[in-house]
Amino acid sequence: MNFDYDSEQNDLREAVRGLLGRAYSDSEQRRAVVRTDPGFDEKTWSRLAEMGLLGLPFAEEDGGMGAGPVEVAIVAEEIGRVLAPEPFIETVVLAGGLVAAVGTTEQKGELIGAISEGTTIAVFAHAEPGTRWTPTAQGVTATRSGDGWTLTGVKEPVPSGARADVLVVSAVVDGGTGLFLVPADATGLTRTGYRTHDGTRAAHVRFDGTPAQQLGADDSPTHPDRTAAIERALAQARIAYGHEAIGAMDTALRTTAEYLRTRKQFGVTLNKFQALNFRAADMYVSLELARSLALWASMVQEAGGDVVQAADRARLTVSRASRHIGQEAIQLHGGIGVTAEYSVGHYTSRLTAIDHLLGDGDWALDRLAGNVTSYATVDPLGAPYTP
Amino acid sequence: MRLRLSPELEAFREEMRTFFTTQVPQEIRDKVASHREVSKDEYVEAQRVLNAAGLAVPHWPVEWGGKDWSPLQRHIWREEMQLAHVPEPLAFNTSMIGPVLASFGNQEQKVRFLARTANLDIWWCQGFSEPDAGSDLASLRTSAVRDGDDWVVNGQKTWTTLGQHADWIFCLCRTDPTAEKKQRGISLLVFPMDTPGVTLRPIELLDGGFEVNEVFFEDVRVPAENLIGEENRGWDYAKFLLGNERVGIARVGSTKSTLAQAKQHAREIVSGGRPLSEDPRMAARIAEIENDLLALELTALRVAANSADGKPHPASSVLKLRGSELQQAATELLVDIAGPLSLASFAEEGSDVPDWARVATPHYLNYRKVSIYGGSNEVQRTIIAGSILGL
Repeated sequence: MNFDYDSEQNDLREAVRGLLGRAYSDSEQRRAVVRTDPGFDEKTWSRLAEMGLLGLPFAEEDGGMGAGPVEVAIVAEEIGRVLAPEPFIETVVLAGGLVAAVGTTEQKGELIGAISEGTTIAVFAHAEPGTRWTPTAQGVTATRSGDGWTLTGVKEPVPSGARADVLVVSAVVDGGTGLFLVPADATGLTRTGYRTHDGTRAAHVRFDGTPAQQLGADDSPTHPDRTAAIERALAQARIAYGHEAIGAMDTALRTTAEYLRTRKQFGVTLNKFQALNFRAADMYVSLELARSLALWASMVQEAGGDVVQAADRARLTVSRASRHIGQEAIQLHGGIGVTAEYSVGHYTSRLTAIDHLLGDGDWALDRLAGNVTSYATVDPLGAPYTP
Repeated sequence: MRLRLSPELEAFREEMRTFFTTQVPQEIRDKVASHREVSKDEYVEAQRVLNAAGLAVPHWPVEWGGKDWSPLQRHIWREEMQLAHVPEPLAFNTSMIGPVLASFGNQEQKVRFLARTANLDIWWCQGFSEPDAGSDLASLRTSAVRDGDDWVVNGQKTWTTLGQHADWIFCLCRTDPTAEKKQRGISLLVFPMDTPGVTLRPIELLDGGFEVNEVFFEDVRVPAENLIGEENRGWDYAKFLLGNERVGIARVGSTKSTLAQAKQHAREIVSGGRPLSEDPRMAARIAEIENDLLALELTALRVAANSADGKPHPASSVLKLRGSELQQAATELLVDIAGPLSLASFAEEGSDVPDWARVATPHYLNYRKVSIYGGSNEVQRTIIAGSILGL
């Protein structure tokens, strides 16, 4: 049992922190980047690729670095620390993770290498208007068409959906949910991108008889149900977003504490007011508890434990902490916290976005409550973790 | 980072679990499990079983019976003890005065007290809080005035836990009322509770029990050799001692057991035509507390796995604050599961109300103390704000 990074992981963290710290040394730099499409900095994306970060979790034979979830978590936390808008989790953990999990050797060879090199941005087109946070598709249908497939229906919101070079799309097939690859230039594909409140981008994506390639071997007339693979990829992304949130909360708290030390009202700095200090102390408590669970979830993933349940547990605690810290960070700043010109509110905005990407705290709690009385206690050291 | 315990630690955990569940008498553990009052004899019996196996004071220096364990081993030892419902070794002896004597006492005092302290041959109580010195402990006024070879002690202590069982008291006294800082003029004296001039008045608590007392001192003569450490350095020893008090204060194992009991009882109680455990709001409440407890446990493990270099991990301040809140959340949960049965708190024979439901409210009311003692949660927030956030 050990929560410390090893020296290579510490080096990785320093390197990522250095790179992203230069790219987004203040919130004005980030504001300038997110003002124009694609909502992130292509040069920074290339530098992430050069450092090997975009291939971190993939097997070396597929063109990746062969690292694990802890390394991914380290990158995600540093992204959160400066609110780097690059679609790292979307491309590497979600879309890339699905390709790595169910793709054929050929598909992996083509896509994993390109993702790792930074030349292809792939995203997972999964959310649909009218449903929320399910591992299945309902509004996009896949139909056999000769040797291939066509997709029809709407996905929205799709993070970075307008910029993506390749979409990994979930769609209804006989017997469940299938996964398909759709290149950006496919016929019958209409993408309408827009800004989101946190500065990133999302898109309305319409498929109208759009030709698609099945992800995984297409050697039978039916498509296998990919719900379990999707559930797993979503869980891994929930854990990674949890680390991004930890990084963001850490900065939000440090920014708030600095503000309390320096801002004067009634002739004294705000840290002379116990009511404010106590609230900051509670923010610290929330942050450290959430950090423990996020780190643990990554370790469960690495150990091959029940990643879905571990992700739900992390999601619940990180969600609660995100709302607490995000809201208090603004309140303790006062009016300046609500302005776009000051940094801290952007952290709250991003934390709010993360909270709604793949399931909020109440959603996770509902899943955990379903079987909570069927076992006596949780043993977090049980390996692999099983409740 | 590594999730699993090493094979050695896994074996160590198994060894602890086996010992606690087979060597400590079942009747005593059942009492702890059902939140019933443990008698003095039972405390003594349990601690002597542990001490005979070297498991009462593993955190002491090796020459005085300690084990030279890693913080993680100590964590496992404590958690397994709580999960097995073993009464923990008396904190006043093993976590407080014992380590102070081992660190600051002279050789004579160590020889005189330590072995008997570990074996609970001496039952110690704590003379710290006073009516006008609670969270502001340094304002204490109980005085000790030197007279020949004795100190003469006058004043009053309060909240003296289990003082009714105590043979000896370790007592903070003001020995230099002229000191510039109030922390500087305090000394630590120890003396028997049956010394002439010592009287004890039990304080009844909301649960109907008597666990705390007022202790009055009237011209109590204490031999000079009973001064621990240096004169007027008592505040340093008190801080050292209270730092030890915080170790293990998260009480995760204990809360985990309470929560497991809550789940069990929620299955037994019928509400709205179904087991209460199937009520979505109740299930969600249990799941949320359980997840909060997991976060606390992992934080305690982070602290334990990291504190090998001797410096306390910054996150350790979270443990007392959150640990007490979750102990309280679990006891409150039991009252709510008991519902109307919780009113039968003082029922005796002739009542159909199960034992757990009878003790639920007294336990809940009693446990309001845990966010107050050992440095109230407001004191903990002050520490976090000041020493971690720099506020």
